[in-house]
Amino acid sequence: MKPKHKGVETRYMESRREFFDSMKGLDRRSFLKVSSAAMGAVLAKGLIPPHSFMPVSVAQAAGTSEASPAFRFAYISDSHLYGRDLNDRFARALLRAVDDVNNLDPQPDFVFYGGDLAQLGQAHELDLGAQIIKNLKAPLKIMVGEHDWYLDMGAKWKALFGEPTYSWDHKGVHFVVLMSVVERDFWTKRGMTPMERMLTVAGLDNGVQSPFMVGAEQREWLKNDLAKYPKNTPLIVFSHSPLYKLYKNWNFWTDDAEEVQALLRRFDRVVVIHGHTHQLLTNRIGNIHFHGVLSTAWPWPYAPEGMPKLTIEMSRPDPFNPNDGCGDGEVLVHADGLVDKVYNLWNRNPMTVAKGYTASWGKACIPPKPNRPSY
Amino acid sequence: MSSSVGKSLVAVACVVVVGMIVAYAWGPRSSVAAEAEKGAKAEAQAIVRDHMAQWKRKNPARVSDWIKEEKERHKIQPPADNTHLLKGEQGKGHAYGNYTERDILMWARETEKLVVEGSLVFHNATLLGGTIGVSCDMCHPDASNTHPETYPKFQPQMGRVALLRDMINWCIQHPVRGKALAPDDPKMRALEAYILAQRKGVELNYGKH
Repeated sequence: MKPKHKGVETRYMESRREFFDSMKGLDRRSFLKVSSAAMGAVLAKGLIPPHSFMPVSVAQAAGTSEASPAFRFAYISDSHLYGRDLNDRFARALLRAVDDVNNLDPQPDFVFYGGDLAQLGQAHELDLGAQIIKNLKAPLKIMVGEHDWYLDMGAKWKALFGEPTYSWDHKGVHFVVLMSVVERDFWTKRGMTPMERMLTVAGLDNGVQSPFMVGAEQREWLKNDLAKYPKNTPLIVFSHSPLYKLYKNWNFWTDDAEEVQALLRRFDRVVVIHGHTHQLLTNRIGNIHFHGVLSTAWPWPYAPEGMPKLTIEMSRPDPFNPNDGCGDGEVLVHADGLVDKVYNLWNRNPMTVAKGYTASWGKACIPPKPNRPSY
Repeated sequence: MSSSVGKSLVAVACVVVVGMIVAYAWGPRSSVAAEAEKGAKAEAQAIVRDHMAQWKRKNPARVSDWIKEEKERHKIQPPADNTHLLKGEQGKGHAYGNYTERDILMWARETEKLVVEGSLVFHNATLLGGTIGVSCDMCHPDASNTHPETYPKFQPQMGRVALLRDMINWCIQHPVRGKALAPDDPKMRALEAYILAQRKGVELNYGKH
């Protein structure tokens, strides 16, 4: 089925294409005229100094720790793709994120995909996602989300991307990817079809589903995986749900978070990077520093209770701009294993939560606070 | 003199007759009559039950308790508790204000039913009339971030003062890519009911951005 209405994004993309097509016809003299006019407009808004065309680098410099990072990787997350005939908006957003990452110079060491590639776990949705992220120039590491899993219990996702739980070493840092969205069986008793099960899990505020957990099997795997590493090894763990308990009603929650945290406690410094919450989110529990990532599809509101004190909430997204509050980002990994977390918000100045911010429990390196309340 | 005695006699006779009528109409009934009435009621109830069972057999899909099911799926704020109206002196000596438990129950059930209907539409892209699979709850879990208490307010993007329903329609037309609902469309009424219900207890503050 073709969409009946031409959405604001489609109209925007069309006018953008028209503009660039018309640019092709320009000679050198008129190009200079156009570009200096554009530069003048940017300068007038006071956004960036004249030597840089990249507002990104300026905003980063403000909040970043002084020492330069050992390496960096990029992230894209929560694209929630429907089939290409049903919904072009989410697919376009993922294409935009892939463009963002491919335009990074120098390229990141790898790109991490944070889960929820598909909206309803259907084969054609996952295939579309795989096809789009195949265009990334840097190597891809991918995590599964509940939207990818609960139609066929991960069969299609595993066929495309392999096992959901794995680990690797990179430049002295040990990376672990967990499948943290295991749910207790709520569907058999209710006689649900696979699609009913998927739709239940896909509803954030649906109370029929069970809370997320990592589960005993994976905790055992994690224990064995970490056993051979000394306590001063920098450790970065990826989980789709936050590996702590934030707000149960929306499954901003991992039910066995304490047990998983206990396995990580031995290390000097641990960074957990999670998807699912679609927002700027920062937390620290003891030696574990938590960072959320942005979604390319839509932003979630902040939970009405249980917000971690360290989080600087982004302003309430603009309902009139479908890209506001969405984006992608980068993670700058320092030699000690802590990270500067860059939120590349598409409609706003990017924001960096520097390693010094969580390291000092929010006393130093405070990122510029947004000018409007979140909610 | 004799006429006044006669008048008194007539008056006494009237009182006696009225007393007898009252005693007949409102006095204790005979056990036979009560039994007969009970039997008739039971018979009527049996007939109604039979009809209901027939209807349920014919409409299996509509038998499910959709209100209970939807309340299990999605948190619904309960309507105000009006049981205080049953207590105290309220309504004493007046025809108006004599509420019964049945009134209280009916208000609550009917109000909640509209809110639950709203929850169904809110969480379902197809019911909402969306063409790209987007439903309200995808950005507004539990109707959060909808702020019904801030309307009416001027929305420059719309060029006028918007009511909650205008914003609902804006969302239906743009992120949802559906067709705007008429202001009195049952779905619009249900959506408004659900969104307002979820913000129970929040102070009204019209014009707030």
